[in-house]
Amino acid sequence: MRRSWTALLAVAAMAACASAATAQAGGLTVPPTVEAGSAFSIASSGSGQGTLYIVGLGQVIKRDVQLGGTISIPEGTLYNAGHYMAFLAGGSGEPASFDVIPAKVSEINFLARPSRLPVKLHDGITGAVYVFDSYKNLITTPMPVSFDLNTPSEAAQNRSVQTKYGAASIAMDSSQKEGAVRFIARAGEVSATRIIGQVPGDPCALRMSAKPAGKKIELETEPVRDCSGNAVPDGTIVTFTETYNGGESMVDVPLKRGIAKIDMPAYPGANISVASGVVLGNQIHWGK
Amino acid sequence: MNNGRFLAFILVLATIVLIFIGTKWPVKAAREFTSGEHMGRLSDTPQAALQNLGDAIRSNAWRKAYDSLANKAQFTENDFMHDVVGAYPNLRTYSRLENLESHPLHATDNEADYRVKLHWATVIGDSVSTRDVHVVRNGGAWQVEWPITKEAPLPPQVIPVNYLRWDVIFRGAGDDWGAQDVEAPHVRIIDMHPVQRAESLVIMGELLNEDVVPAYVAVNATLLNKKQQQIASEGSFDMISHLLLPKAVTPFLIKFPDVQLSQVGSVRMTPFSTLIPASADPVIEIQNEKLNPAPDASLTGEVVNQSGEIANVAHVLGTFYDQSGNIVWVADEYVERALLPQTPVPFNIPIPEDLARKISSQRTVVSTYKMGGAA
Repeated sequence: MRRSWTALLAVAAMAACASAATAQAGGLTVPPTVEAGSAFSIASSGSGQGTLYIVGLGQVIKRDVQLGGTISIPEGTLYNAGHYMAFLAGGSGEPASFDVIPAKVSEINFLARPSRLPVKLHDGITGAVYVFDSYKNLITTPMPVSFDLNTPSEAAQNRSVQTKYGAASIAMDSSQKEGAVRFIARAGEVSATRIIGQVPGDPCALRMSAKPAGKKIELETEPVRDCSGNAVPDGTIVTFTETYNGGESMVDVPLKRGIAKIDMPAYPGANISVASGVVLGNQIHWGK
Repeated sequence: MNNGRFLAFILVLATIVLIFIGTKWPVKAAREFTSGEHMGRLSDTPQAALQNLGDAIRSNAWRKAYDSLANKAQFTENDFMHDVVGAYPNLRTYSRLENLESHPLHATDNEADYRVKLHWATVIGDSVSTRDVHVVRNGGAWQVEWPITKEAPLPPQVIPVNYLRWDVIFRGAGDDWGAQDVEAPHVRIIDMHPVQRAESLVIMGELLNEDVVPAYVAVNATLLNKKQQQIASEGSFDMISHLLLPKAVTPFLIKFPDVQLSQVGSVRMTPFSTLIPASADPVIEIQNEKLNPAPDASLTGEVVNQSGEIANVAHVLGTFYDQSGNIVWVADEYVERALLPQTPVPFNIPIPEDLARKISSQRTVVSTYKMGGAA
């Protein structure tokens, strides 16, 4: 606010000093609001030549004008939203004030977090939208923004939120099935899309089987899935632990094609367990 | 002009004086690199023979060291060198023998048995390898019989490896504001336990990568006093396995020297994770693990590289639990040799005597590195 008045005073002083205008008692009539970037007219009274100043927070316009007629401001001239004052240099008329309001929505900034999350997470996906016109003015007038979460295998989640001070946000649940999800925010005719990766959760009902292979035991898990039935991705670590006669063997095996497989020494009476992260699987006692 | 000549004269004089001092009274490190009195020491006692061998190894005089051995006919100089520092690049490649410590086990007039501890200065600090050696009298001099361990050469072969590999493309400078970046891996501290050990406060715990992507991890701890003011902040440094594949768990240990547990009101733990390209290969098996009771309590076992790629440096981290499953201690050891495919390499992690009685189970993880980057 202080800046705008300082700018106004500076421009007014400059105009007064350089008063080369030949205006006679010029007055201005401006529309109360102007859409950013649009053409508009200012009616002036008086006669002769004058210098018109339009001063706002982000823009200052100076025009030599003919008083007593209509002053046309072409499209694209005044585009920063805010409060403006128009006055004639050397004129005795009062400055006229008006507001430049944002144009229609042309761009939305869409922040979607996280880009990757486990399935079945309540309010796990958050989206925030900031609505702008084509001149990057934040549109502060409340307007509806729709958020769509489209999964390939389940019904889409759709919610609408009204913007407040130019922003709208939402939290949505991740679905049960893994895969890429299209998260779309739409305001007016403008939309933005983000891709969210839904990944399987912790392994569920981890089970392995064992069979002899010479002097070794061939250990193999069943296909590892989470509690929603999604295949746990390859590379996930599965730990096999074999305890025998006070000794122990252990190996961290990454899943390959959905299963973990390893050969371990065959000790009669050994107990073999399987785990992945904090999830424990079954245990096998290798008979004597 | 005169000033210049005077300055040159002073500099020449100072150089001559310094050369004289350096020659007359050399520092220990300089002496070791010369063939001075240490190298020329007579091997008139078993200990002198061992020290001479140590001096030769320290100064990389492999021919001299090999020639001093009593049983050199049984192996080549290369075999000896590979036995001491390894045939493949490993932790020893960039290390130097700092000290050879010898303890007599048995001695007669003509032979003696010694336990020698070779202290190597490595990038991770002092690394000790222990050997039991036999020393024999040969004429008037003593000679060491080196207990050679020949590393079986790898037969030429093709080992197909098709484990998963993760590559990462981060957002670029040209991306829009608001455009997504790849999410950092989600990691979680699943256990944390502060204990007082002598003059140090130690914080131990375990960290889980609960994500589906590999993570480079570290843990920081900040101690706060009862008024919530910061006392100290430390990181886990190398007492953690930095590369965590999905659902992998690593122990960590953070030491705060000269801090008492009674001073601490709360601890703020900060796990750090970042997405890195990684490979699920090599797979390392830990076999024949045993908890050895006090005295000389330790966790021993062997690590076996199940893959086809050589792992140059292996770091074994042991987590020790009591009967209730609480963490009692975290200890580590860097394996002396490179891990060749399907070749067991022993490890021995010492456990503090006072804690050994409390330990009822353990969990071991191995992180490997290849020369030029993390494996």
